[in-house]
Amino acid sequence: MLAQFLQFTMSGLTVGAVYAIVGLGFTIIYNASGVLNFAQGEFVMIGGMVTVFAVAAGVPLPLAILLAIAVAAIVGVALHRLAIEPAKDASPVVLIIITIGGALVIRGIAQIVFDKQLHKLPGFSGDTPVNFMGASILPQALWVLGGSALIVTLVTLFFAKTMIGKAVLATAANRLAAQLVGVNTSVILAISFALSATIGAIAGILVTPITFTNYEVGTMLALKGFAALVLGGLGSPAGAILGGMVLGLCESLSAGYLSSTYKDAFAFLVMIAVLLVMPSGLLGKPSAERV
Amino acid sequence: MTMNRLWEDDMRFLKSTPVLAGFALAAGFSLAPAMAQDIKIGAVLSVTGPASFLGDPEEKTLKMYVEEINAKGGIKGRKLQLITYDDGGDANKARTFATRLVEEDKVVAMVGGSTTGTTMAMGPVFEDAQIPFISLAGAVVIIEPLKKFVFKTPHTDRMACEKIFEDMKKRGLTKIGMISGTDGFGKSMRDECVKVNARFGIEILAEESYGPRDTDMTPQLTNLKAKAGIQAVVNPGFGQGPAIVTRNFRQLGMTMPLYQSHGVASKQFIELAGEAANGVRLPAAALLVADKLPASDPQKPVAQAYAKKFQDATRQPVSTFGGHAYDGLMILAGAIERGGANPKAIRDEIEKTKGFMGTAGIFTMSPTDHMGLDLTAFKMLEIKAGDWAIAE
Amino acid sequence: MARLINNRWAELALVTGLIVLAGLLLPSNYYFRVGALVLISAIAAVGLNLLLGFAGQVSLGHAGFVGIGAYAVALLPTHWGVPTLASIFLGAAFSGVLALAIGRPILRLKGHFLAVATLGLGILVAMVLTNEARITGGPDGMPVPRLELLGTRIRAPEAWYWIAGGTLIISIVFAQNLLNSSTGRALRALHDSEVAARAAGINVARVKGIVFSISAVYASISGSLLALLNGHITPDTASFLNSIELVTMVVLGGMGSLVGSLVGAAVLVILPQALTVFHEYEHLLLGSFIIAIMIFLRDGIVPTLRKALLERKAPEDRV
Repeated sequence: MLAQFLQFTMSGLTVGAVYAIVGLGFTIIYNASGVLNFAQGEFVMIGGMVTVFAVAAGVPLPLAILLAIAVAAIVGVALHRLAIEPAKDASPVVLIIITIGGALVIRGIAQIVFDKQLHKLPGFSGDTPVNFMGASILPQALWVLGGSALIVTLVTLFFAKTMIGKAVLATAANRLAAQLVGVNTSVILAISFALSATIGAIAGILVTPITFTNYEVGTMLALKGFAALVLGGLGSPAGAILGGMVLGLCESLSAGYLSSTYKDAFAFLVMIAVLLVMPSGLLGKPSAERV
Repeated sequence: MTMNRLWEDDMRFLKSTPVLAGFALAAGFSLAPAMAQDIKIGAVLSVTGPASFLGDPEEKTLKMYVEEINAKGGIKGRKLQLITYDDGGDANKARTFATRLVEEDKVVAMVGGSTTGTTMAMGPVFEDAQIPFISLAGAVVIIEPLKKFVFKTPHTDRMACEKIFEDMKKRGLTKIGMISGTDGFGKSMRDECVKVNARFGIEILAEESYGPRDTDMTPQLTNLKAKAGIQAVVNPGFGQGPAIVTRNFRQLGMTMPLYQSHGVASKQFIELAGEAANGVRLPAAALLVADKLPASDPQKPVAQAYAKKFQDATRQPVSTFGGHAYDGLMILAGAIERGGANPKAIRDEIEKTKGFMGTAGIFTMSPTDHMGLDLTAFKMLEIKAGDWAIAE
Repeated sequence: MARLINNRWAELALVTGLIVLAGLLLPSNYYFRVGALVLISAIAAVGLNLLLGFAGQVSLGHAGFVGIGAYAVALLPTHWGVPTLASIFLGAAFSGVLALAIGRPILRLKGHFLAVATLGLGILVAMVLTNEARITGGPDGMPVPRLELLGTRIRAPEAWYWIAGGTLIISIVFAQNLLNSSTGRALRALHDSEVAARAAGINVARVKGIVFSISAVYASISGSLLALLNGHITPDTASFLNSIELVTMVVLGGMGSLVGSLVGAAVLVILPQALTVFHEYEHLLLGSFIIAIMIFLRDGIVPTLRKALLERKAPEDRV
């Protein structure tokens, strides 16, 4: 009984960690620029696909990982420079549509540069499961959980301790004021896109040995990441993490205990129920409209 | 003459509504002067989207072999012109492209339809236009009930179920669990299996399912593992799902026999599932084991030649999906060779296909059988040490 | 000229003129089919525009209602012998009531909640259509019985082009009337400032709920027409990607512009047909086009062009 519960929980946490990181990526860009970036899932795809192809071309894994992160960061900055910045005064919905266009472009390029096949990476510490109180867990799942925890810690430290991090927060709070105190807000926004792309790519690399990857895994992840974001509370980094985890757990627990056919439906029902009780999400602050 | 008239309409169209300029442009391209003697054949395939691992090898195969046929001088001196469209796996788009092939491109026949959903959406277009349509999708509903102009080349999912249950019966396995994908392929095969299991004395004790994009099936498999009395598990599905199921299956330390379907019949499955794939059984066409067939097997040269050509050209592992496209194109080429390039004549000749040796087996069509394959062409394979082996 | 474009009758005349003109020029069934798809998508887009452009709410699951409408004309006649026309209305009524039921509690909250709730709803609808294979045919879909009018079965794309065109015109007239009604005035107040509207005694949740429900009816009718045009329907109709496509149509064409919805639908239906010549570069180009339109025609195609036209024709009018 306990073993089963643990098995379901581990499954949910591993899947949820990816939703959480995608949700966190959404939050970073949203906080800095007010843009909901629906190309967020594509960064996860780039992380996985570049690593796979670099490894296949003979690049050692650590180098391939760095390369993948660099490519994702460059794509993130390019997305900002070429698509978001030229339209920065446009309404939020227009910006969302631009990011959807961006996702199409990134996917379109990936389809040409890479291929349409599924790919995998070997597990970083092998594929032999570990037994934990009757539940069997892949070592890679521990990598995913540990890696996600590390990402969250680093991102938190980045915002709390570094000058750039504080500048991002200042820009988010009041762009005009930040400009007045000498912050180059355009650079700051580019940095938040790069940061968001970086953590997305890392999540993609960590999870590819478990879930495989191909050029269009980003669509589903963007959807789940967005759900995690809203569930946790728009704009709250901790909320996005919690939201992702809750979503992942809902899916695996309903698949295990209720019905595997309708597990995604249960996950969304839980989400809507939470929002009805807590309209600002699990950790979001209630907001007031400026009149 | 009609072409000129079309162009004029396009131009007026273009002037009247600038937004529609792209549309006219497209028409202009699709009407690009074809050599008068070329035989136009069409293909609507799911080259991108969730079924891209079907459509992608299918498109590559068709292009490769149309080129080869043309290099050898075409069919009776006339070259083939292949027009392909990507439906992205969407039935609605597929139907639009089917209409375009019929109305604009004026093809004489079509080889395509990667999934059952797109095939069923396109079928009526070709029926109405009386143009033969050779589908590359699996489900039995495509040819049952029979449609005059619709054919198919892959084995049906019902045959896959029968083959699996036959094998189970031989091994004395009678109580099973099923975990199926909710994609078209998985769902359709699951329904067929549930229809025929009783005939083989097999009882399905528990059923689970997963979505086509799911990445972890341990909860579902944990439930199957916990269910007492299950002697084997069947996994109807295609794409990434079966590879993940296979890995999760081993991860949970499940030791009973695992059966996959012909939906994973590509080396890619073994690459993805890795070690975990060893011991998995699946029904598939002999194409996958071309090199292991006895020299006396008449299918050996055909299967070997196709596998080699595909792998050399694409550097990707050969799959039976691309093989279905090869079979379809060759059956069509044979029909044109015998009866000329008139759609109705082609249809009649396809129906008369007799003893054609394809990658999926020997095709013998008839007015009541628009697939023409029997179970003998279907092999039960087992994955041993990362490679296919014949299990019978 | 300026006044002309702003006039609702001019708007209607423009749409009607375009439909009739194109209908007379279209050379073949293929063109009629694409034309019909544009018009059918435009019906859903006009409805969504009421929600997005006037009530300021995003729906990420509108394809769910399209799916309900589509399966209404497939399921009801097949399994329960309901006439097709009645099925269209039943589907629309069901969609409207469902939207009202979901919208009422959700719309009392401020923020992106309708987006999330509709996202969930759309996925749920697609899931039911996929999984309840015994009645829906599952992922491979099911055939749709043809509409019979006066004893003839309507299947020619040309006929559907004209039916869809007529329905679109009626949809636009209805939308215009709605916008000129008291609900419409409440909507406009709402659009300017929700807090102010609330202070003025407008029941914001109720108004938004009504508009959401009406937009669901539009989507459902559009789905029914799509199913009848196709003759075979799959759960893809209700997919998340199609919901996103509908939102994109509205924003591309211009939020708050009913003609814009038609233009947005035309772009997204026709562009992929034109881009097929580029084969594998199709998605890349489609994405680039969307980005470029949004950057250069920021308020959407129709409003931006209208503004440019106004500025050129009557610079003295500029405020």
